[in-house]
This record gives sequence, structure tokens and C-alpha cells, in this order.
Amino acid sequence: MSSSDTLDQPLTVVEPRGGLGVALVATLRRDLTLMLRRRSEVMNPLVFFALVITLFPLGLSPDPRLLATVAPGLLWVAALLATLLSLDSLFRADFEDGSLEQLLLAPQPLAAMVLAKVVVHWLLTGLPLALMAPVLGLMLGLPAGSHLILMLALALGSASLSLVGAIGAALTVGLARGGVLLSLLVLPLYIPVLIFGAGAVQAALLGDGVGAHLAILGALLALAVMLSPWAIAAALRISVNG
Amino acid sequence: MWAFIHKLGSPKWFYGISARLMPWFWAAATLLILAGTIWGLAFAPADYQQGNSFRIIYVHVPAAFLAQSIFVGMASAGLVFMVWKIKVADMAAAVMAPLGAAMTFVALFSGGVWGIPTWGTWWIWDARLTSMLILLFLYVGVIALRGAFASRDSGSRAASVLAMVGVINIPIIKYSVDWWYTLHQPASFTITSRPTMPLEMWAPLLMMVLGFYCFFIALTLMRTRNEILRRESGKRWVQALAEESV
Repeated sequence: MSSSDTLDQPLTVVEPRGGLGVALVATLRRDLTLMLRRRSEVMNPLVFFALVITLFPLGLSPDPRLLATVAPGLLWVAALLATLLSLDSLFRADFEDGSLEQLLLAPQPLAAMVLAKVVVHWLLTGLPLALMAPVLGLMLGLPAGSHLILMLALALGSASLSLVGAIGAALTVGLARGGVLLSLLVLPLYIPVLIFGAGAVQAALLGDGVGAHLAILGALLALAVMLSPWAIAAALRISVNG
Repeated sequence: MWAFIHKLGSPKWFYGISARLMPWFWAAATLLILAGTIWGLAFAPADYQQGNSFRIIYVHVPAAFLAQSIFVGMASAGLVFMVWKIKVADMAAAVMAPLGAAMTFVALFSGGVWGIPTWGTWWIWDARLTSMLILLFLYVGVIALRGAFASRDSGSRAASVLAMVGVINIPIIKYSVDWWYTLHQPASFTITSRPTMPLEMWAPLLMMVLGFYCFFIALTLMRTRNEILRRESGKRWVQALAEESV
């Protein structure tokens, strides 16, 4: 090919389309693909959830009446710990291979980008946990009427757990052994979600209205969606620069 | 206004002004706590229901007030540090955290001691007790996070972010009484509304609360000064100060 040929052609540079929407979709797709290729990491919290629930009848008593009364709390605490277990890997791989720095350097607002990452975390941790909970509820003798409420409360609540947990994960991602510290930072902040989430299932068991509990869970989620992306973004900047 | 903030942000200026303020706060704290203790323990009338055991209130309530206020103070100092990069604010936040954790522990412990004669148990899973316990965990988390970073600046900023995140817990503590009212009596002491206790019980309590606040301010000033000397030990004015006193 002669040089005159290339000069004759109009020079076309493909501009990267830098819109926020494009970047969000790209982040979502990238994270989903990466996570789905590491299936065991997606499965581990679910197996942990089932395992912890299996331990309780062995430790307490196999009496179905006793188990049914404590089931809402057990399921919620176990789901909370399973979420906590999955948090450490939320930013870890990206931090180690440097793609987190690229995310920080991107022209799009970091708060929006981390929201996409948290959405992926919820889709592959919180949502499966919520879908799996009725099966474990069945094994604990939870009456059939409360299963849907359990699922709904867990789906709503675990979204808040992912958002709040991501703050802790972002703060500890730069530390070599941040695991225990992460639980110390995050668990106190999880308590309101636990109270109202388990409260919703308890209310369903007693035949009370669950609307108020679910509404408060929704309000907590709205607050978390509004505020935590900024905290996550600030925490990531500290961790990466430090 | 801005010049004042910049001056306040300079460790050297803060070191000078705090030296002049500190004796006043120490004196006020000593006077108020002494007078409040003597009045509260010896002269205030015994409660018609709880007898003399109610006198634990003179330690319990001020400690609980401080435990919550210090967290707000720590978060505010963290905000100031994050926004204006004022180093003195971070030093103050760093020295406030252990004091706040200690006050939370004092409130929990005195509450447990008080629980024996009134409720017959050391601990109940009541809203306010539980929230205080959560507050203690939050303090421990902030202190642990600050210490976990190798670089001090990162630790300071991480602790500031966590303190600001944790401060959403304070309203939950405050309103938890209304949310899940269980065994704990509703708050018996507010500054804004008329007290429900007789004046002879209430006045020493007010003195104790003010005394505890003065003690907190004095101690924070003193420990911030120490922190300034430690962090600024390479600066010329600190070295001159050290040579002067030798």
C-alpha cells in the first residue's frame, strides 16, 4: 500500500462516546461478565447462607414450633452475614489489577459508576439470597403465608445492605487484611435494616400489616441510594491514593 | 471571617489560644462537677420510687449526653477536615474518639449498675441500651480504621468519612425511644422543655451535664495540644518551644 493512498482517505478517528449512560451500561456489563465467570464467588454466599441455617436446628432444637418462631431473625441474620462475606471481593479484584484507578480517572462521575457496581453486587448476591430464603424458610417451618413477605423484605433490604456495605468495602480495600475490620465497620450500620426486615416477617407471622415495615425498608433504601454513592466514591479515592 | 478560619486552622495559633482558654474550662469543670456531685449525692431528695439509687443519674445522664455529642463533634471535625483540609480539626477528631468511646462505656456501665435496683437485671435488650452499644461499636470502628492505615493522612480521611457515615446513627439513637418503646422509661431530661423532676433534683443534674461538657472541652484542648506537638515536632516553632523550656 502506497502512502498516497492513506493520505487520500479522510482521516476518521472513532471518538469514544463518553456519555454517562454508555459508561454505566459498559460498567454493568463488564462487572456482570466478570462475576458470572467466577461462578464460585457468586455461589459461596448462597452456600454459606444454607449452611448457617442448617447449623441452627442442630444447635437449638429440631422442634418445628420453636424454629418457626425464631426463623425470621435467623434467616435475616444469616443473609446479613452472607452479604458481609461477599463484600470483601466487591472492589478487591479491581483494586489489584488497576482497573479501579481507571474508573477513578474516567470523566464520568465516580458516584454514578460505583452505583452500577453496587447494582451488580445486589443482582448476584442480594437477589439470589432473597430468592433462596423461602426454601430455607420452609425447612425452618415458616408458615406458607409469610414466604412472599420474606422474599420481598430481603430483596428490598439487601439492596440497602449492598449500598452501605460498599462504603465499608471501599474504606478497607487498600488494607491487606481488611476482612475483620470490614465487619466491625459495617455490621453496626446494618442494624436498622435487620430490625425492620425481620420485623416485616414477624408481622406477617402474627398476621399484622407488613406495609409499615416494608415502607420503612423502602425509605432506608431511598436514603442509602441517595447518600452512599458519594461516601463510596470518597472512600475509594482515599483507598486508592493512600 | 475567612482570615479567622485560616488562623484557627494554623496549629501554632491554635496552640497559643488553647493555652489561654484551657485553664478556664478546667476551672469551670472542676467547680461544676464538685458542686453538682455534692449537691446531687448529699442534698438532693431521694426519689419516692427508686430511693437513693436514682442518684446514679448524676453520672449516667451526663455521660450519655457526652457520648452522643462527642460523636457529632467528631463527625463535624471530620467534615471540616475533609472540606477545608484543616489539620487541627483532624487532630481534634482523633483525640475525641477514645474519650467518646470511654463515655459510652461509662453510660452503659452506670446504666447496668442502675438496672439492678430498678429493673432487677444488668442488661435488657431495650432500644436505648442497644443503641448505646451500637454507638460503642461505631466508636471502636472509627478508632480501628484510623489505626489500620499505614499512612496517617489516609487513616485520617477514612476515619472522617466513617464518622460522617456513622453520624446517621445518632438520630436513630435519639428517636429509638419513640420507635420501639419497651422497658426503658422515656427520656426524663431535656434542656428545651420544662423538667418533670423537682428543681432540687434537676439543678444538680444540669450542673453535672455542664461540668461534663466543660471537662470534655478542656480535655480535648489539652490532648489536641499534645497531638499538635507530636505531629508538628519537625516545625521550627515547636523546636523553639522545646528549647525554651529546657
